[in-house]
Amino acid sequence: MSAVVAEHDDHHDDHDHGPQKGLLRWIITTNHKDIGTLYLLFALAMFFIGGIMALVIRAELFEPGLQFVEPQFFNSMTTMHALVMVFGAVMPAFVGLANWMIPMMIGAPDMALPRMNNMSFWLLVAGVLLLASTLFMEGGAPAAGWTLYPPLVLQTGKALPFAIFSVHLLGISSIMGAINIIATIFNMRAPGMTLMKMPLFVWTWLITAFLLIAVMPVFAGAVTMLLTDRFFETSFFDAAGGGDPVLYQHIFWFFGHPEVYIMILPTFGVASTIIPVFARKPLFGYSSMVYATASIAFLSFIVWAHHMFTVGMPIAGELYFMYATMLIAIPTGVKVFNWTATMWKGSMTFETPMLFAIAFVVLFTMGGFTGLMMSIAPSDFQYHDTYFIVAHFHYVLVPSSVFILMAAGYFWLPKWTGHMYNEKIGQLHFWMSVISVNILFFPQHFLGLAGMPRRIPDYAIQFADWNMVSSIGGFIFGVSQLLFLYIVIDTIRGGTGEKVSDEVWEDAHKHGLEWTLPSPAPYHTFTTPPDVIPTEHQ
Amino acid sequence: MNEELNKKNAKLVRNLLFVVIGMFGFGFALVPLYDVLCDITGLNGKVASAAAKEERYQVDQSREVTVEFLTSLNESIPMVFRAETNKIKIHPGEYVTVNFYAENKTDHIMVAQAIPSISPGLAAEYFKKTECFCFTQQTFQPREGKTMPVRFAINPELPEQYKTITLAYTFFDNTETSLKK
Repeated sequence: MSAVVAEHDDHHDDHDHGPQKGLLRWIITTNHKDIGTLYLLFALAMFFIGGIMALVIRAELFEPGLQFVEPQFFNSMTTMHALVMVFGAVMPAFVGLANWMIPMMIGAPDMALPRMNNMSFWLLVAGVLLLASTLFMEGGAPAAGWTLYPPLVLQTGKALPFAIFSVHLLGISSIMGAINIIATIFNMRAPGMTLMKMPLFVWTWLITAFLLIAVMPVFAGAVTMLLTDRFFETSFFDAAGGGDPVLYQHIFWFFGHPEVYIMILPTFGVASTIIPVFARKPLFGYSSMVYATASIAFLSFIVWAHHMFTVGMPIAGELYFMYATMLIAIPTGVKVFNWTATMWKGSMTFETPMLFAIAFVVLFTMGGFTGLMMSIAPSDFQYHDTYFIVAHFHYVLVPSSVFILMAAGYFWLPKWTGHMYNEKIGQLHFWMSVISVNILFFPQHFLGLAGMPRRIPDYAIQFADWNMVSSIGGFIFGVSQLLFLYIVIDTIRGGTGEKVSDEVWEDAHKHGLEWTLPSPAPYHTFTTPPDVIPTEHQ
Repeated sequence: MNEELNKKNAKLVRNLLFVVIGMFGFGFALVPLYDVLCDITGLNGKVASAAAKEERYQVDQSREVTVEFLTSLNESIPMVFRAETNKIKIHPGEYVTVNFYAENKTDHIMVAQAIPSISPGLAAEYFKKTECFCFTQQTFQPREGKTMPVRFAINPELPEQYKTITLAYTFFDNTETSLKK
């Protein structure tokens, strides 16, 4: 309903109205801040649901033998944990941040397509509910892993079509979100906000949005083929009818590899926003950051088969995918060095968002290095489908994407709510998280190198010790996140009671337009475009 | 100003939707592309699904190639399936016939399709089958057992590095789909 986006200029006089009263506000809202809040709260809820599934897995793996759950249910848990975390928590959380922050960062009054914005949120909810409903179906939820490889996934019970349609809904939802973000960034920037002046968070999201519209339809196509193979007697992946299950792996990973970058590129953007503020320096190498992000996005399309080195590729294929994958380390290295250089000789302070951001730089680099190990095709035969892989991708998701989401929460909560969070509890949350996440995932490297396969409910006795350590870390990590939940609720309800200034963090107004707005940010912002204050970067 | 913005948005959204539809199509286009690529490069050990012409080769007496035979059943379907010889040594260019035996262990008619695979994959194009039970579906009466021949030769142009070639067959139960038709 924001007047500037709506059709008529003559609404200008009454554009100061606040949100609608009552619960209906949240259902019919087209305000980017409301929708951002909805996305973020939904993602937080899913983070806990997916986390409970992870704890079921870790509880079962605490000791060898079968303790708590049936193997079939265990496999459902690994599958559902991944799907919920990827499509229900991490992706929506970044869309929520995009909704809240992109208009405020580029001086726009709202997203370009507010009604579609509302629809993409509610489609997400529908998709996730549909996915969750499969848990209660005959034959159980999908249990073939998040990659949904045939022929195994075709043996799913009644849940298969529901899981596939939920993927369709989630896909449509994120494609709509992506189109909205692209339209906003292309058409809604304030005068003077040129592309190369945009904050890096906006840049990374622009590139991510293009990845989304390029690969989500491919995934939708792949699961549609699964659907017709199962119900309409096609043989895309059925060898008996002349198909090939390996084809599915190619199509899936053509989607899957860009998909993992969809979860990490906005992470880079937030890190590049937070680190300069607390280092009190402009971001080092702004334009190289932009080009590095674009190169990573491009490379993500041509490396997919490194997920399938053991599938029986000819040597030429292995070599190509190995070298192409190694190339990604270069733009990624540029980023890591830029963040480090930004901190170099800065007047750093270590508030909670900065702590999470620094932990991200360190732990993401570790996760990146194990990725480099796996890109070496001959060694990958040892790592393939072991806990080493599990450790790798959790390092680049949990202490990277999730940590940065936490950092973003601490960083912008004062702007969103007008209240300061409790710094002591925030720091406690950080230290609990960063220690326990390493207890949780680091031993999984050892387990994988020693040969423990992933996606198994029981294991050989020699893996017992490190699994126990890992599970203990998992439970500490899980419980620590309740602190975050407490802080979010507490901050919304008033926090420390301290009055926060408009710029919240010292000199933050030099780093982004959002810090020139009042705290809390009013319901409508930038209904008239700002005089651009150039963000402080070279 | 706002009219103009709406127009700009509409145009951008339309173009982006074309990309989305195009990429959905691209996912499906990968299916034939994959087959074509496997055909051209001979990757993947895909074997011709039709009989090769019986060509007279100059038999290469100077070397021997070991050909191994593997049989397996998809989803443990109730069949017996085995090769009568596990491996033979042949000279490239000479034609041999190897018998396979399959038996339906159920009391109903069974239609099954054998899918061949050759490894190493790059040797597949030198493996010439003039007769194979895998070219068509096989119908088995209840409890029927059949001996089925495969006649093949190895093209003498086979590069020296291939000393052993494995031919694997998997029987898939196709009864439901083929009886429906």
